[in-house]
Amino acid sequence: MGFRVLSPRISQKIMNIVFIISGLITILILVFVLGYILIKGLPVVNLDFIFSNPIDSGREGGIFPMIVSSLFVTLIAGIIATPLGVGAAVYLAEYAGENWLVKVIRFGAETLASIPSIVFGLFGLAFFVVFLGLGWSILSGSLVLAIMAIPTIFQVSEVTISSIPSSFREGSFGLGATKWQTVYRVVLPAAIPGIVTGVILGMTRAISEAAAVMFAVGAALSLPLSIFDPGRPLPLHLYILATEGISLDNAYGTAAVLVILVLFVTIITNLAVDRYQNKIMGR
Amino acid sequence: MNKIEVEDLNVYFGDNHVLKDVNIEIPKNNVTALIGPSGCGKSTFIRTVNRMNDLIPSFRHEGNVLLDGVDVYNHKMDVVDLRKKVGMVFQKPNPFPKSIFENVAYGLRIHGINDNDSLSARVEEALRSAALWDEVEDKLENSAMGLSGGQQQRLCIARTIANNPKVILMDEPCSALDPISTTKIEDLIHKLKRDYTIIIVTHNMQQATRVSKYTSFFLNGEIIESNLTDKIFIDPQNKKTEDYITGRFG
Repeated sequence: MGFRVLSPRISQKIMNIVFIISGLITILILVFVLGYILIKGLPVVNLDFIFSNPIDSGREGGIFPMIVSSLFVTLIAGIIATPLGVGAAVYLAEYAGENWLVKVIRFGAETLASIPSIVFGLFGLAFFVVFLGLGWSILSGSLVLAIMAIPTIFQVSEVTISSIPSSFREGSFGLGATKWQTVYRVVLPAAIPGIVTGVILGMTRAISEAAAVMFAVGAALSLPLSIFDPGRPLPLHLYILATEGISLDNAYGTAAVLVILVLFVTIITNLAVDRYQNKIMGR
Repeated sequence: MNKIEVEDLNVYFGDNHVLKDVNIEIPKNNVTALIGPSGCGKSTFIRTVNRMNDLIPSFRHEGNVLLDGVDVYNHKMDVVDLRKKVGMVFQKPNPFPKSIFENVAYGLRIHGINDNDSLSARVEEALRSAALWDEVEDKLENSAMGLSGGQQQRLCIARTIANNPKVILMDEPCSALDPISTTKIEDLIHKLKRDYTIIIVTHNMQQATRVSKYTSFFLNGEIIESNLTDKIFIDPQNKKTEDYITGRFG
């Protein structure tokens, strides 16, 4: 037995307190930031603010085109990134085994996830806007956001798919199912909660991006009607309103709308995922 | 008449020689029990019959595994078709996280049956055969994961039966179940042997005497002795068999 400074009972108590305090501080930060944004922003938010066009660069009027731009770029990014991210995850978790290509893909995804978003933005300008000639458009912005979201969707999906018990796969093979039937009918349905969580994680990050889209999507104040129109997602609008000193009040209003939008999407999908999980697991 | 005949079967996982010169005949519409200590190759053996070992890259075999006189390892054999004919029930109940109905319908769907009427009829038939229908008929749409362990295992048997197999392999099907559920599964095995050829791996020697007509004793990858269950437990011919069944090792 070594020399003990504290009795196990005392150190247990101290650590309990340390963990409780850590938890409380985390929640407090969240409450403080959210509260601050909402208190500063909500006074300007009303139906008119949400559903009307900006006037005088956003000094007056609303943010309807920005809300549409945000939803538009995020939706298109999701449509592009989800099949790619999930597809790569299925390949790695179900088909590839452990070979050099798998290691390269995994390393690539990790690297991609750690690149600063402004660098993606610059790449988007050079490649999608200029080289591919897509111009400042919803599509260019979506492509940049998709590239950023793929690693998140891929990583979360791969972990989820790998954690599906192999007994499910054995049961399926034992009934004569092929690999693809097993993946499609057993593994993916069981992995859906995790995959959806990964997609939402990637999408909420995408909808919150200003730096990644600022060089790709343009900064148009008008309503984007097709993927080839330029747009101005909420974070970019917020950035411009604040940095160019146009209207700090409307910047807070925009921030509040953005935060509520993200919270809303997160809560709704969490509820849906829980419901689905309970249904398939019989709880 | 023999449903399965295995001739000079050797199985390797990499350098590991797991089954050694295994010869065994499995009679049709009977229950054959495989007994022996853990790691003796019983599970590997039954997984060789429906080619589940193919999933392990280092698997290699020599010899013949004849099902109705045809080697299941011949290059024309369709593994999908083989596993439809040779169903498998696993040690731990492994229903899919789907509804009770979809669990039983699974095999039918993957083999191309999608007509709702015939699916319903065959799901009911399989659940009745597995002595589960009365317990689940009102909750076919509920998740199978909500059933008790014993019910889950009977569901897995129903799922296998729905495929209309000829042979059912059971890998210690009761080892994760309580005594009452075990009795239900054993009663079910008695009922099923009229229509199916059953091979059951078990660690429980009383179970072997209760359910099987024939027994083979595996030790270190070899079959030491095969005989009628009554004979092997009353009058074993080999000293090792006697030592095992009298509990001197294993």
